Amino acid sequence: MSLISQTQVILDLAAPDRHEATRTLATTLVADGRCTDLDLFLSDVRKREEQMATGLPGGIGIPHARSAGISTPSLVFGRSREGIDWGAEDGPATLIFLIAAPDGGGEAHLAILAKLARKLMRKEFRQALTDAATEAEVVEIIEREVVNA
Amino acid sequence: MKFVGVTSCPTGIAHTYMAAEALEQAAKDAGHEMVVETQGSAGSDPIPQSVIDAADAVIFAHDLPVKDAHRFAGKPTVDVGVKRAISDGPALVAQAVAAAADFKANPAKAAAAAAAAPVGGLATKVDSSASLGTQIRQWLMTGVSYMIPFVAAGGILIALGFMLAQVALGENGAIDITKYDIVAKDAAFSIMDSFNPFSLTMWAALLFRVGVAAFGFLVPVLSGFIAYAIADRPGLVPGFVGGALAGTMGAGFLGGLVTGILGGLVARWISRWKVAKGVRGVMPVVVTPLLSTLIVGGLFVIVLGRPIKALMEALTNGLNGLGVGGGLALGLVLGAMMGFDLGGPVNKVAYTFATTGITTAGLATNAPQFKIMAAVMAAGMVAPLAMALATTLRPKLFTEPEQENGRAAWLLGASFISEGAIPFAAADPVRIIASSVVGSAITGGLVMAFGATSRAPHGGIWVLPLIGNFLLFVLALAIGVAVTAGIVVALKSRDHSLADAAA
Repeated sequence: MSLISQTQVILDLAAPDRHEATRTLATTLVADGRCTDLDLFLSDVRKREEQMATGLPGGIGIPHARSAGISTPSLVFGRSREGIDWGAEDGPATLIFLIAAPDGGGEAHLAILAKLARKLMRKEFRQALTDAATEAEVVEIIEREVVNA
Repeated sequence: MKFVGVTSCPTGIAHTYMAAEALEQAAKDAGHEMVVETQGSAGSDPIPQSVIDAADAVIFAHDLPVKDAHRFAGKPTVDVGVKRAISDGPALVAQAVAAAADFKANPAKAAAAAAAAPVGGLATKVDSSASLGTQIRQWLMTGVSYMIPFVAAGGILIALGFMLAQVALGENGAIDITKYDIVAKDAAFSIMDSFNPFSLTMWAALLFRVGVAAFGFLVPVLSGFIAYAIADRPGLVPGFVGGALAGTMGAGFLGGLVTGILGGLVARWISRWKVAKGVRGVMPVVVTPLLSTLIVGGLFVIVLGRPIKALMEALTNGLNGLGVGGGLALGLVLGAMMGFDLGGPVNKVAYTFATTGITTAGLATNAPQFKIMAAVMAAGMVAPLAMALATTLRPKLFTEPEQENGRAAWLLGASFISEGAIPFAAADPVRIIASSVVGSAITGGLVMAFGATSRAPHGGIWVLPLIGNFLLFVLALAIGVAVTAGIVVALKSRDHSLADAAA
C-alpha cells in the first residue's frame, strides 16, 4: 500500500486546536483499515506531543507516533490557511503532516517515512505543497518526491 | 572542512531524519562536507570509522544517548538536542567550524580529549534504546564475545599439553605434568630454568602452563568487558580488577558477572557526575577509575567474601556428612555441583572432596574414593560436551562466536576442562546452568551406580589408562551429555519461537 491517497489529504483543515486537528486527520485512516484503533493512536500521538510539541519553524507541524493502532506506515496531509498553533516559537502551523507508523514494524517500511522526513526540510517541497490546488496534486507531489524518488 | 554527526529522537521516525537533512544541507551550503548517522527506527548505517577519523568536528543533535559514542571520542564536539538542528542547522555548522578551529589552535585541549579517547574503538553489541532485559543480555554477550578466544586458546593449549605429556611421560603424564611451572622452587620443574627444546616433557609443560595463564584471564576479561559494555571505557578498570578479585576469591564466572555488572554501573554513575570544570579533565583518567575500582573491589571482597567462604564450608561439611559411602545419592549431588558453576565455589568443593579422597593411602583399586573421582570427572565433562553437541545439532540457536566456541568445546570437554562451557553459561546463565545441573547430576549418579573408577584427578580422555570400567564411564557421560544438550535445545527453541511470535 502506498504512503498516501487522496482521501488522506485535507486542503482546508479547520480545527480549534492541534489535538482536534490531529483527530480530524487521523480519522481519514480508519475507513481503509490503515488505522485499526483510533483512540489508541490518538493517545500515542498525544503522548509524543506532550513530550515536546512537534511544531517546527516555518509553519510546520509533524504530529507522529509509532502505535499498535496502526497497520500500515501512512501520511495524512493537512493545510490550514489561518494556521493552527503547534507549539512552534515562530507562529502557527499551516502545513501539517500526520505521520503514522506501526509499532515494531520492519525497517524497510520505516525507510519511506525517513525519506519523507528528510523531504520536509526542503523549501521547494513545502512550497509545492502550499501551492497545490487539488488533493490529486498533493498525492502526485508526494509520490514523485518521496515514494518513487 | 569535514564533519560527521549523529541524530536521534524519541520516536525515531521524523525529527531524526529532518535534523540529519538540515545539518547536511547547512554544511553543503557553507561549503563543507558532512555525513550524518541517523540513529532512528529505520535502522542506522554506522559511519565508517575512517570517515569519523578524517572529520574535523562532530555534531550530536540527539534526544537519546548516542550509540557507541566512543567512536567519536577525542574530536571537537557540538552537542545539542535534536530540535536545534532542525530549527538552526547553519548555526550548528558554524559552531562546529569554530570548535574545530579552537581545537587546532589549542593543542593542550586536543591532547586532553585524545587521552580520554579509546584505543582502537572496541566494539560493543549494546543498543541503548532496547528494554532492560535485552540490554543485560547484550552486556553479557559483549563480555562473552571477548572471553571466548581466551577459552579456546587456553583450553586447547592445556589439552595439547596433556596429550603431549601422555606421549612423553606415559600413563601418568597428564598428572605429572602439573608439577611443572613457569617458575618453580625446584629448578628441575621450573620451565624458565630448565627448558630444553629437545625435551618433549618441557614442551608439554610449556603448553600446559601457557594455557593455564590464558585461563587466568577468563573471569577478568568477562567482567571487564561486561563493564565496558555498560559504561564504555570508564568501565574497564573496575570490571577487570573486580573480575581478578572474583578469580582470586574462587567466585568463578558467576562472581565475574557480578563484578562486571556492578563495575559498569558504578563507573557509569560516577562518569555522569556533574563536576566543576577544573576536575572534568582528570575524571576519566584518575577519579572515575580510582573511585569505581575501590567501590567495586571493596564491596565484592567485604560483602561477598564471607558468604562465599561460608557457603563452601557448609557444602564441604554436607559432603563429609554424606561420607564416601554415599553411593548413588552422593554421585547425583556431586554431579549437580560440578555442573552448577563450572569452576566456581560450588564446583570447587565437589572437586576438592573427590581429589582429597584419592590421596588416602593404600586404597584398593575399586575403593569408593575412586568411584567418586570418576563421578566428579565425568560430571565435569558433561557441560562443555553438551554445548558442543547442541551447537552442532542446532547452530541457529547460538550466536556466531558461540558456534565457534562450540567446536573447541569438544576438545575441552573431552579433556575435562569445564571452562569450555562458561561462555554459554555467562551469556544465558539461567537456562544453561539449569540444563547443565540436570545432565551432570545424572552422569555423576550413573558413574557411581555403574562402578566406574578414576585414579586420576584430571585429564579426561588423556588419562584413559587410569579409568576403570571405561565403557561404562563413557556411557554414563554420553547419557548426561544427551540430556543436557536436549534441555538446552528445548529451552532455547521455546524462547526463540516466543520471540518470533512477539515480533
